[in-house]
Parts: sequence; C-alpha cells; structure tokens
Amino acid sequence: MAKHKTPLLDQLESGPWPSFVSDIKQEVAHRYANPKGVDFQIPAECPDDLLGVLELSYVEGETHWKHGGIVGVFGYGGGVIGRYCDQPEKFPGVAHFHTVRLNQPSGMYYKTDFLRQLCDLWELRGSGLTNMHGATGDIVLLGTSTPQLEEIFWEVTHNMNNDLGGSGSNLRTPACCLGESRCEYACYDSQEMCFNLTNEYQDELHRPAFPYKFKFKFDGCSLGCVAAIARSDMSFIGTWRDEIRVDQKTVAAYVGGEIAPNAGAYAGRDWGKFDIQKEVVERCPSQCIRYEGGKLEINNKECVRCMHCICVMPRALKIGNDRGCSILVGAKAPILDGPQMGSLAIPFIKVDDDYAGVKEFIEATWDWWMEEGKNRERIGETLKRLGFAKLLEVTGTKADPRHVKEPRHNPYIFWKEEEVEGGWQREISDYRSRHQK
Amino acid sequence: MAFISSGYNPAKPMEGRITDIGPRHFTDFLPPVLAKNKGAWDYHEIIEPGMLLHVGLSGDKVYTVRCGGARLMSVTHIREICDIADKYCGGHLRFTTRNNIEFMVPTLEEAKALKADLNGRKFAGGSNKFPVGGTGAGVTNIVHTQGWIHCHTPATDASGTVKATMDVVFEEFQNMRLPAPVRISMACCLNMCGAVHCSDIAILGIHRKPPIIDHESVDNICEVPLAVAACPTGAIRPTKIEFQGKQVNTVAVKNERCMFCGNCYTMCPAMPLADKTGDGVAIMVGGKISNRMTTPKFSKVVVPFIPNEPPRWPKMTKVIKKILDTYAADARKYERLGDWANRIGWERFFEKCDLEFSAHLIDDFRDPAYYTWRQTTQFKF
Repeated sequence: MAKHKTPLLDQLESGPWPSFVSDIKQEVAHRYANPKGVDFQIPAECPDDLLGVLELSYVEGETHWKHGGIVGVFGYGGGVIGRYCDQPEKFPGVAHFHTVRLNQPSGMYYKTDFLRQLCDLWELRGSGLTNMHGATGDIVLLGTSTPQLEEIFWEVTHNMNNDLGGSGSNLRTPACCLGESRCEYACYDSQEMCFNLTNEYQDELHRPAFPYKFKFKFDGCSLGCVAAIARSDMSFIGTWRDEIRVDQKTVAAYVGGEIAPNAGAYAGRDWGKFDIQKEVVERCPSQCIRYEGGKLEINNKECVRCMHCICVMPRALKIGNDRGCSILVGAKAPILDGPQMGSLAIPFIKVDDDYAGVKEFIEATWDWWMEEGKNRERIGETLKRLGFAKLLEVTGTKADPRHVKEPRHNPYIFWKEEEVEGGWQREISDYRSRHQK
Repeated sequence: MAFISSGYNPAKPMEGRITDIGPRHFTDFLPPVLAKNKGAWDYHEIIEPGMLLHVGLSGDKVYTVRCGGARLMSVTHIREICDIADKYCGGHLRFTTRNNIEFMVPTLEEAKALKADLNGRKFAGGSNKFPVGGTGAGVTNIVHTQGWIHCHTPATDASGTVKATMDVVFEEFQNMRLPAPVRISMACCLNMCGAVHCSDIAILGIHRKPPIIDHESVDNICEVPLAVAACPTGAIRPTKIEFQGKQVNTVAVKNERCMFCGNCYTMCPAMPLADKTGDGVAIMVGGKISNRMTTPKFSKVVVPFIPNEPPRWPKMTKVIKKILDTYAADARKYERLGDWANRIGWERFFEKCDLEFSAHLIDDFRDPAYYTWRQTTQFKF
C-alpha cells in the first residue's frame, strides 16, 4: 500500500505515452509484495518515497535534492554521484539516493542474461529504478546508499565483467552510434573505436585530472545519430574521400516509382510522384549532381558528402570506399560561454586497427588543454580564448581552408617574431636617422 | 535487513580488486545475424512506422521493431523487456540513442506478431508500455534529463514535461507524415546535461530569480573565490557582513547583472535559485545535428518563458503542438524545422506560429549575439 497520496502524479498515468509514474508504481508494488523474498539492502519503500518527494515538487514547484556529497569507490574519482534528499524525515527511503553510472556497451546492444543480472543486482542493492540510458550514454542506476557502493562495484566487476562510467572532471563515458553492426552508412567501425579508446583511456575516465569534463562521441557518418558534432568535446565523424558508388539501374527503379524514396521514411503522406530533379538534383548543397538522359552523374570532387542523395536513394547510391573519419573539437552546451558546435580540426584520417594517428592527436590535444585550460573550462572555451590556430600548432596540424567557413574579418594577426624578416629588435637611433622627432 | 556481502573485504580493499576493465565488448551481445553481416549491409527499408528491414550483401535479412519508452525504467519493466527478447529474439535487444528499445527478428511474420504484442501491453494506469513507432519523418522519443526526480539544479521536471509532450504529439510518433524528422529534446536547466542546443524543438528549464544568499552557510560550505569565478557576468563579489551579531565572509550579487544560469549554485550550495514562480520553461526551435543538405544548427529561443504547470504543462504543450502543426502544414518535403524557418524568414515564423516576439529573444550575450542581428535591408513586411 503506497505511503503517499500523489494526486498530481496520478494524472500522468493516462494518455498513450508510457507513464513513468505507472512504472514506478509497479516497482512500489513489487517491492512491497517481494515475491522472491529479497533481503533488500536499501529500504523497500525507496520507490514509494521517490514518488512522494516528486509529488511534493509537483506541488511546490521546486526540487528536493541537495548537492551531491563526495562518495565513490576506492581508487576511482568518478562513476558515482552523491545524492541526498532535503526532506529525509518525510522520505526516509530516499534520504540517501546516490547514482551509479555503468559504462554501456558500444551501440547499446544487450543480451537478456546481462540485463537480468543487472536487475537482480539493482533490486538487492538499489532502488530498482534506472535510466536506460543517461544523456551521455551510461546505464544509470538511480538510488543507493554509501555502504552499498563497494559491494555494487565488486559485483559489477567480478560477476558482470563491466566497469563504472565517468563523472566529474574526467573523460566521460564515450558513446557511439550502432555503426557497422546494422547500418550501411557507417564509414568506420564506430563501435570498435569507441571500445578501444574507452579502454585505452581508463585512467583518464576513472581518475579526474582534467580542467573539466571531456566527451568523446563516435558517429559513423555525417547524419550524426549520436550527436557527436553537438555534444562531444572531440567528435569522430565518418566520411569518405573518393566517389559515391552509383547503380544506375536502381536509380531508374527509384525514378520509375518501383522503390519508395528515402527507404519509405516519408510514406505517411502523399508527397506525389518521386521527382529526382526536384528531390535530389536541386537539393544538393554543392550542386554537383546532374540527371540527364536517364543517367545520374555526380561530380564527386565538388561533393560535400552531406548524404542527402544517398538517404533518398539508399539502394542505388552507396558511400565511397576510401573511408575514414573527420575529427572535430569543442562542442558543448551553453554553460558557460554559450553553446558551441565542434570545429573541424582533422578533415580526414584513416581509421587504422591501432588508432595510432587518432591517439596521437588526442594526447597532444589533452596535453595542451591540461596545461592551458582553466578550472571548469571546456576545451571549446579554451579554443575561443586562445584561438583555433593554437590547437593546430600543438597537434602539428597544417592549417587548411577546410578549417574555416571563411577567412578572418579583421587583420589583427598575431605574427610571430620568427615569421618577420629581420626580427623585431630595432634601434630607435636608426629610426631617428630617417625621422625627426 | 541483514547486510549481504558481495565478497568485498573492507579491511583489505585491494584484495581481489578488479579495476579499469571498461565495458563489455559489444560482440558479446550482438545478435548472430548482425555479427555475421557487420560492415556488409546493403540497404534498409522502413516497412511501416516502427518497423525496419536491413538487408545484408549476403542476402540476409533482419527485421527491427522499435518502440518508445520512458528512459526512467524499473527493473520490473526491464525484466518484461527481457521476457519479450527471450520469447522473440533469442535474448537479444538494443536501446537507441533516443531511449527507444529495438527488438530484432528474422522474418516479417515474426516482426508483425511482435509489433502486435508490444502494442497490446499496457500499464495498470492505461498508458502503453511499448508503443511501436519512432521511425522516419515523424517525432521520435524525447531525450531528456533528470528534473525533480533526481537533480539538485532543475528549474522544471523532466519526466513529466516529456510525458505531457509525448502524449500530445503521440500521433506523430506512430506516423511518418511530417516534412522531415523532428527531434524534440528536454533539459531541466541551462547546464543541459541533455544538450538540447541542436534540436528541432527543445524544452529548457530556466530560472528567473537571482540566487538567495544563505549568509549563515556561505563561508562553511562554499569556496568563495570559486563562487565568484563561476559567474560569467561578474555579478558576484566577496564581501563581509554582520550576521546574527557576527562578522561573516559571504558574497554579494549584483542582481541586474544576473542571467540566471545557475552556475554559482553549482559551485556553491548556499546560493539556491529554485523558485516556484520564478522557474519555468523556455522553448527553442530550429536546431539540427545532421549535415544533410544544410549544416548543423543551434536551436533558437522562440518563447522566453512559460510557467511551470505540473502535472501536464498545458501552455507549453499547446505552443509545441502549434509549432509542430504549422511546420507540418507549411514546410517542403525533406525540410527540417529550422531550415523551413530560415526559408520563410523568422518574422514569418512568429506570425505563422502565433508567437509573440519580444526583446527577450534578441541575443545580448557576448560576441555571438552580433551575428544573430540583421545586418541587411532584406526583410519581409
């Protein structure tokens, strides 16, 4: 029997979209019934009190969670976020309600035996409530107490062969799209690269030593399912540098209406007969496509690989074969200096098995940022403060027109002394020999 | 309750300790057909809303049924997901980056049976447990943050605003009749752990009252220099005041300089901002992440403030519905919401969406602001 009346939350049980309130209520009932006789290590009433404190916030319009305290597991500086309720007497079940982040597998594929293990663990040692998944990509386990943290960590590492995710000023849990596992657009193996770099940089992930958070995201193509360009301090976005492969017969099948355009994604409305001129040729941002005499021609040299034509005719047009990724740096949400998108630093790099070139770039970037970055300054802000050219300099990257949308608007160039013939040391007497005071 | 040990020995924390092992390798979990065809997919089709077909160069086929879900999920719910995956999918499943769940099966018949099963499952309160949809030119699941359920800085709730919004736009989750995909995102404060700054439609929790200073606590629980440094507009300075007969070190805030970002509260718990009437949501539109046709774009603030109206935020959902419907009726095929607004002009956007424009919507924060003003005589009457 629920402890708290929740008339406001109850109104979120109706309507078609899955109700988180109904779900929490089923967990409340499950914990009170406890059919398997679990010896809950944190209070059975935990989800019940969570509904209670949330109802209070719905009435009062303010949160009831305090700043996190410093809690964690031995030897790690991240992965656990301390959380305490500011009304512990009213809601003792959630007085201590820490979050544990677990590193999700690349592409968020699971087998049920792993998930069932996770459920058993979180029923015994936690609230029974999770986020699948958090905004950065972690499996988020909501609500446990301090004495359970080492026990949870032990079980996760020993029984589930998994590790915690990141939090604080460290490498946050990297995330990727599903990549080559189920997508014909994937220009590199985003899952493997995500896994490899996550393991390479375990120390940076678990032990905060950066000025602030740092996120990696891996998108297999420029459509960006994992939002790398907007949400990661360093984004790896798949691309190619040769030619879009065209199957003219299949193009004709699209033109003839035998295949639905855009893989059927627009099938819910009658948009009229597919018009390749209007829908593909005229929408190409670099105007590099022609369709004449039943033949599609792409001037690949002028293509910017936006992928629109490929999306519209995925069975006829395929990504190129000479594939790799672009690396962009500095994306972040508005806090503090306004929102930033990633800026293109490496237009193209081959993705080799050992990721040597990528790692070299990452480590040179980190060395510079750890030296120059201020406390709580994202690398995008460091770039704004010290200039994009500085990143090119410290990573040994040659400046290229691809690095800018357009050249600078002002002539305030920071020339270096060695760039100017004769250097900067001059004698005023020499100047005065030509110019009177 | 008796304490149950996992095997960890607190007296010897390093004994048998395993660290730095990272996540499980994804190949432990891939369905066999995906493992076999990895890197060798030929094409895909959306058979009907929520149902995808992927075809390998090998000729292998896999059908995916996608369904929505609240990202806040109980273990009871996850066990039900596992039961479904065991019954239909050999124990395999995945989650998408937008909190949808995907089940993969080998044939169309199985996909249809699975879809019917998923659509038939309801929570006791009546809502769908696993509504199938979220594909193609429609609205897919909303990515969001914690809100009042678990966070110390929110200006609104996350799960509630998302539920209220998805109920209102639910038909678009199960259809593919919009001009292009519409990505809705929700962040409950400016920290944006949900990073909504590049979404077609974003719901953003905002504060409007400067921090209240808890003079009794500032010096005990905050590093004053960090609180001062946290303010992007330099509105905070250190000061000493007389408090209950004692001199205390504290801070002072120049309220007219405050832009309500909450960064001070992140650094100093003695400066709370939350307030029932001060807090609410802003609506932002026109962002995108994809490089398709046009370059990625930031979302723009089009409604500066809507009060919090739990549990269903009716004013907020009405604005979102109006924007979505206007876009759906007016945009060209393939045109994302922001590209449509750019094409018709923002003056037209406000007119068509019945939104009031105010000075709050003109950027005044640092250099980027200038680049959003109109430096041309081209405009529409």
